[in-house]
Amino acid sequence: MFPAPVERASPIIRYGYQIALPVALVLWLLPLLGVAVTSLKPTGDLAAGNYFGLPSHIAFENYADVFRNSLIGQYILNSFKVTIPTVIGAVALSCLTGFALAVYNFRSNLIVFFMFVAGNFVPFQILMVPVRELTLRLGMYDTTAGLVCFHIAFQTGFCTLFMRNFIKALPHELIESARVEGVSEFRIFRYIVLPLMRPAIAALAVLIFTFIWNDYFWATVLVQGSHALPVTAGLYALNGQWIAAWNLVSAGSIVAALPPVLMFFLMQRHFIAGLTLGATKG
Amino acid sequence: MANSATIALPDVRTTTYWRRNQRKLAPVLFLAPGVLMFLVYVIAPIFQSIWISFYDWDGIGAKTWIGIGNYVELFDDDAFYTSLQNNILWLVLYMLAVPAGLFIAIFLNQTVTGIRIYKSLFFFPFVISQVVVGLIFSWFYAPGFGLFYLFLEEVIGTPIAILADERFVTYGIIAAGLWPQIAYCMILYLTGLNNVSPDQIEAGRLDGAKGWRMLWHVILPQLKPATFIAVVVTVIGALRSFDLVSIMTDGGPYGSSRVLSFYMYEQALSEYGFRMGYGAAIAVVLFAIMMVFISGFIWRMVRDERSGG
Repeated sequence: MFPAPVERASPIIRYGYQIALPVALVLWLLPLLGVAVTSLKPTGDLAAGNYFGLPSHIAFENYADVFRNSLIGQYILNSFKVTIPTVIGAVALSCLTGFALAVYNFRSNLIVFFMFVAGNFVPFQILMVPVRELTLRLGMYDTTAGLVCFHIAFQTGFCTLFMRNFIKALPHELIESARVEGVSEFRIFRYIVLPLMRPAIAALAVLIFTFIWNDYFWATVLVQGSHALPVTAGLYALNGQWIAAWNLVSAGSIVAALPPVLMFFLMQRHFIAGLTLGATKG
Repeated sequence: MANSATIALPDVRTTTYWRRNQRKLAPVLFLAPGVLMFLVYVIAPIFQSIWISFYDWDGIGAKTWIGIGNYVELFDDDAFYTSLQNNILWLVLYMLAVPAGLFIAIFLNQTVTGIRIYKSLFFFPFVISQVVVGLIFSWFYAPGFGLFYLFLEEVIGTPIAILADERFVTYGIIAAGLWPQIAYCMILYLTGLNNVSPDQIEAGRLDGAKGWRMLWHVILPQLKPATFIAVVVTVIGALRSFDLVSIMTDGGPYGSSRVLSFYMYEQALSEYGFRMGYGAAIAVVLFAIMMVFISGFIWRMVRDERSGG
């Protein structure tokens, strides 16, 4: 292990480390802690200049206020309406593409694979004008469906890279022996490979959930009205509306950040496995 | 098999055709939906954008062909150079995320009790949306009561409203962007460190390698895959920077914090007008810059793919 474990070091270093850990953490999360505390301050505290002290009382009413007096509930619902279908669609499509690219040796295999990989890296702006036009022509502008379609297509790039590498690492003999038995290609996919892909599906689902929930750019390009606006873009609009009401802005931010945060803590292992794919290979 | 084949003749033909060719047909069928979506929504738009960049177009009316007119205009556009300069600044400073992530990963790579919770909490900023990160840092920098504002007042005497000051605004936004990016690099390195071979560390120790020398000669070479991915995601992240600029300053003050991605959006879709052609030209420039990096990454990946089988 690198660096050498502190357990083997002198007591001074050991205790020093135990103290340094929480101190470093507080410093690292300082902006976030500030916002969390602010979100619990009654409006009076901010007006009285109490920016740093503890709140005079814990004002959960900020959260109630945010839900009552703004459309944030609607925005959050919209975010779910965009995120969940995208996760299902992108994972489903990439199970298929990943399987095809990992199992079959056809001539254009690597070209198709690197098309997905390269497309995944392009700047969004080069897609913006045509994708907006396309969405308008399909009658899906300003709807969650328009966002979903684009997100599924774009995320398929990353998901394919992920799935293909995952399936490639499975033992190929499984597939070969099934073929010898005369099992059809579809059944091989359905009954042999798909059950083994569960960890990859879980990892991708959490990752894509977070990516799409946090998307802001496409939400502003493809959606205008609050009936379809996801919470990221909605929060930006609310920020303009709540000028200087930092306790409300903070409460709104925390509400908007919560679903992916919960997802992360519940599915941490899968999340990190997905994110660090390739970080150990080679 | 033979039994069922004798029952329904028409079925047999399709089945046997399918049977004979399924290894050729299956990949086509498996790929079709994904490839189709990707072509329509990602690959085709790249070429369409390049095409649109040769037109003068407001997004609604007729397109007028103006050849390289948009690019000629870019050449004399001060706002374009400001954005380009800021993009370079983003790229350079964003790279700090890689060593900073490594540093935190080394700091956290211990086995004391509770370390797993520390690791996840350090990773926390990456999970939060950039919109929220932007709002958090706006509050952090806010004149009058922002923590950082007051900190500066305490330390250097004169407080600075970072986001309203042309000299510092881009640095302020980049710092906000670095926060989640460092967390990302950290997690990549933590996973990498986890897989460093203990034998080699032991061998290094026997050879008297310690601290820096150990890190440089034994650990870093083994962290190469993690470093590669960290660099890739950091370059992409730097060039994609849009959210934070939009949230924190909207490009201001006086357009001094614009980056290409933001300037493109502003030209093509904001209240300043719908100059789709000009916007597309900016996007093409950004794409060209990105292409330099993408081809580098792809070249490396293809090489690994070939050698790895």
